[in-house]
Order: sequence, then structure tokens, then C-alpha cells
Amino acid sequence: MYRLFLTCWLALASVLALAAEAQPTAADPALEERVMEISHELRCLVCQNQTIADSNAELAVDLRNQVREKLQQGMSEKDIVAYMVQRYGDFVLYRPPVKGSTWLLWFGPFLLLIGGAVFLGLKLFRGRPPVDDLPPADMQRAADLLRATPDAKEQK
Amino acid sequence: MKRFLLPLGLFIALVVFLGVGLGLNPREVPSPFIDKPAPAFQLAQLHAPDQTISPQDMLGKVWLLNVFASWCVSCRVEHPVFMDLARQNVVPIVGLNYKDKRDAGIAWLNQFGNPYSVSAFDSDGRIGIDYGVYGVPETFVIDKLGVIRMKHIGPVSPEALTDKILPLIKELNRV
Repeated sequence: MYRLFLTCWLALASVLALAAEAQPTAADPALEERVMEISHELRCLVCQNQTIADSNAELAVDLRNQVREKLQQGMSEKDIVAYMVQRYGDFVLYRPPVKGSTWLLWFGPFLLLIGGAVFLGLKLFRGRPPVDDLPPADMQRAADLLRATPDAKEQK
Repeated sequence: MKRFLLPLGLFIALVVFLGVGLGLNPREVPSPFIDKPAPAFQLAQLHAPDQTISPQDMLGKVWLLNVFASWCVSCRVEHPVFMDLARQNVVPIVGLNYKDKRDAGIAWLNQFGNPYSVSAFDSDGRIGIDYGVYGVPETFVIDKLGVIRMKHIGPVSPEALTDKILPLIKELNRV
């Protein structure tokens, strides 16, 4: 009984959740599309691994409204992003800009890759220790064995 | 023995990096406002809707701007700290009642005490966005010229107050 109740409750909750997500779609679909486009580039600062397009946190809703309003005022996409960066810093950008302080973030992985390749190359091509020559007696024996053709063996 | 030195060194470096990473607080996003003029606003006061408050009014003083709301749980945590600070009378504290209902904000201050010399009423959170507020409570230290010198995100602990905020206020007051 309890389970049934829980199931019903969860089902109802999911419907409510869907309703909440669909809500911001306003009268103008073209505008809404642009709002979403910009929102996908902006990080929600409350739930940091979501964009403000994905997040339903109150701040995300506010920021989406702000984006919508600025678009209606005729601000360009670039200006709106700049407006957000001015308030929340580079952190608000879902794709961090390439600049001095983020250089390691962008190129660090490639540095590691190159470093690994160089290390591997050195190990493979130079790291193998040269084989020492055998003592003269063994060399002589090996030479004798090699010279001994199958025919010669048969003769013995 | 020597061949273990390099892997051991790398391992120690990794441990140090991870250790430092554990100590960082990812919630604390560096504010782009430090050493920038506080964004202007002109808001109705919480207690007196017909009067306004603006950062302009505070020029010439070092002051604190504390963003709070009646619905904000951690605001209750830091509230006694500000009540104490208000009693010491060292710095004017201006409240920014963020995304709140006017009567709820006033009732909250009546219940827990009002440390603010004046509170601005930001019902739709517009000024909050201008100040880059994303987690209430937030506290700004603003100098005599109206420049933001420090931003504290989250509840102000007594330690944060005595170790960071008060020394900064002292220093700013000397200038």
C-alpha cells in the first residue's frame, strides 16, 4: 500500500517537474530559442555543473529572464555575455576563454600527451641497453655452430 | 633505488595537488567586483517605502553591504555576528533585503534584531544580479570612495569577521 502511494506520488511529482520546465516558453518562440541559445553558454552559479538553461534554480530562472529582457531591449548576444561576465566573472562562461590564466587549462592536456609520447619514445628507441659482446670463447663456439651445416652434421 | 625517485616525486606532487584541491571551496567564485566601484542603485528602504537608499549616500564612509532574506537559512547563522558588530558601532551595515516580501523582511528583523543602519528592499533581485549575488548571504566591504574591497560569500563567521573583515575596515578607515 505504502509502495503504491509512493509510486503515485513520484509519478505526480515527475509531471509537476515537467510542467515547471516547460513554463518559461513564452509567447515568442524565436526569442525563446535565442534565450536558450545564450543560456546554454552560461553557468548557473548555484548548481555549478549546469548551465542556466538546464537549471531550475531560482537564480538561473532570474538570469534567463534577464537574458530575455536584454534581448528584447535589442542587446546583442555578445553584449549579454559580457554583461554576465562583468557581474559573475569568467566563471559564468561554460566555455572558459583562452587567456593567460587559463592557458594551462586549455593546453595542459596536450602538454601531458606530448610529454607522455616523448617519454614513451625515449623508452622504446633509446632506453634498450646495448647487448654486450659475448666473451671470445663463446663467440668462437657460436661461430663454429653456425658454420656447422646440416650436411656437415650428417657426415659426423 | 634511484629509479623509484621519479615515480615517487610524481606521486608526491599529485598528492600535494589533490590535497590543495580538497581545501579549496568551489562555491567561492572570485568576484570580478573587487577594487571596482560598487554598482549604483536607488532602492526604496525596507522600513520606509517612500524613502530611498543609494551607495551614493554612503560616500565618505567605510561600510558593509549585507545581502539577506527572510527565507535564507544561513542568514540566521550569521545574524548574531552582525548584531554583535552593530553593538560595537565600528561600521555602518546596510542591509539588502533580497527577493523578499516587505512584511516578511520586516518581521524577520523584528524577530532576530535589526543590525542594519538602513535596509534596501530589492524585491525582484535585480540589484542582487548587478552585484553578482548568487548565494545569500553575501557581504561586501565598500570603502570611502565607494569601491568594493572585499566580498564574503556565505555566512560570516566570528573568525572571518575578526580575522579578515575588521582588520580591513580598520585599514580602510585609516586612509
